[in-house]
Amino acid sequence: MRKTIHLYLHYVSINVRSAMQYKLSFFLTVIGQFLVSFNVFLGVFFLFQRFSHVKGFTFSEVLLCFSIMLLEFSLAEMTARGFDCFSQMVRTGSFDRVLVRPQSLIVQVLGSRFELTRIGRMLQALVMFFYGISKSGVQWTPQKVLTLLFMLIGGTALFSGLFLIYAALCFFTLEGLEFMNVLTDGAREYGKYPLGIYGKKMLLFTTFIVPYALVQYYPLLYLLDRRTSAAYIFLPLLAVLFLLPCYGLWRFGVRHYKSSGS
Amino acid sequence: MKKYIAFFRLRFAMGLQYRSAALAGMVTQFVWGAMEILVFRAFYEADAAAFPMSLEATASYIWMQQAFLAFFMVYFMENELFDAIKDGNVAYELCRPIRIYDMWFARSIANRSSRAALRCIPILLVAAFLPKPYGISAPADLQHFLLFLLTMFLGVLAVVAFCMIVYGLAFFTISPEGLRIFFYSVTEFFTGAVIPLPFFPDPVRRMMEYLPFAAMQNVPLRIYSGSMTDSEMFSAVGLQVFWLVAMILFGRLLFARAERRAVVQGG
Repeated sequence: MRKTIHLYLHYVSINVRSAMQYKLSFFLTVIGQFLVSFNVFLGVFFLFQRFSHVKGFTFSEVLLCFSIMLLEFSLAEMTARGFDCFSQMVRTGSFDRVLVRPQSLIVQVLGSRFELTRIGRMLQALVMFFYGISKSGVQWTPQKVLTLLFMLIGGTALFSGLFLIYAALCFFTLEGLEFMNVLTDGAREYGKYPLGIYGKKMLLFTTFIVPYALVQYYPLLYLLDRRTSAAYIFLPLLAVLFLLPCYGLWRFGVRHYKSSGS
Repeated sequence: MKKYIAFFRLRFAMGLQYRSAALAGMVTQFVWGAMEILVFRAFYEADAAAFPMSLEATASYIWMQQAFLAFFMVYFMENELFDAIKDGNVAYELCRPIRIYDMWFARSIANRSSRAALRCIPILLVAAFLPKPYGISAPADLQHFLLFLLTMFLGVLAVVAFCMIVYGLAFFTISPEGLRIFFYSVTEFFTGAVIPLPFFPDPVRRMMEYLPFAAMQNVPLRIYSGSMTDSEMFSAVGLQVFWLVAMILFGRLLFARAERRAVVQGG
């Protein structure tokens, strides 16, 4: 395990050093990424200049929701976004090289690419997170802190699982499926509002099909004292189970991998 | 002029070949549009009086935005052009007896048009059959519709003229990724891609309307959805023309400088 982590960090450091060769571009990228997610915040901010609440949620409550979701996504992105360019690996056949090395497949794939853009987003997520927490006016109790921690764990696992599915599907389609972006970037984008505002059907979908609501809506209600049952504390952990079918699909894909390219 | 038109046709035909990519994009845009409308519906139900335009008009705005995304997204810059600048292939272009600015301009419009042509009709069709107020409604009258077409054309030109400035800058920085994301993130907000400009507080909105970014998607989409008065429309068109000319002049200047001191990279 330690060796694996060491290997992954080594991959990251190689990628960072190569990106630092273009310094101006690097800084513009970080600023740009920072602004992209800051724009989302500004959008919410200006909408709330006009409206006092949305379906019973005030600005500070939406802000809390948005900042937690963003941090969950960014944590997953920091580790698992390398799956994004997996389609290239399959198409060009360079996945063959990965297969013959005596190291974990996933670590090698993840290490193959590490865009520094993620640092900008992570930075923004952290700033947002602390801002959101401080503005939220939540009375923090040990239970609530635990809930928050579980939300971060569950959410990171959920988004990592989605990135993994994206990669696993490449085994069959040879091409990244743009549609998967709806489930990752789309969820980050629209997860800024508590999922309950989208109506009942959307809430059902996000509870049972892709369990975003488990790491966002339900525990949020607990944090905001709208629900008091202790079950809400542990609900986000259920989302970790989502990783199982994702990993299954990945294993299935690896077993059925036929080399292509040259 | 003839060679640029020929080049446009060639690129346009080429772009039409990517049909499965278009299908995937369409599905994504459709979900995106639907989610966007659900957000606005939630705000509308919270406080209908604070809504700057009707929910129908907002839905029309959003569907038009999704259908013609390829026209308006500043983000769709061309990797091939950036690559050409980066790996030195731009040298071939410099040898040709053409103006590189005009050729790339024609090429960008062609690519955007073919992308939009493939995607807009299915999205518009589905949106047209959605129940009120979630679907797209017809423009108020013929005059609005014609003005919409005109301003959309001006809007696309403005988007491309802006992208040309970014390509021009890429000659100086060589590594384009940073430029692209930086300019995209700055413009996204001001064009009204995050939330439509009417939803901003009035003083902020008035200021934003004078910027070149408001000349892109803001004008045609608002004219279509009928959320501009007559006098607002005419001054908006005037501003569009002004910014278009200004950006083209600046872009040409930039290219002239870049071509004079271009260092061809790679081998």
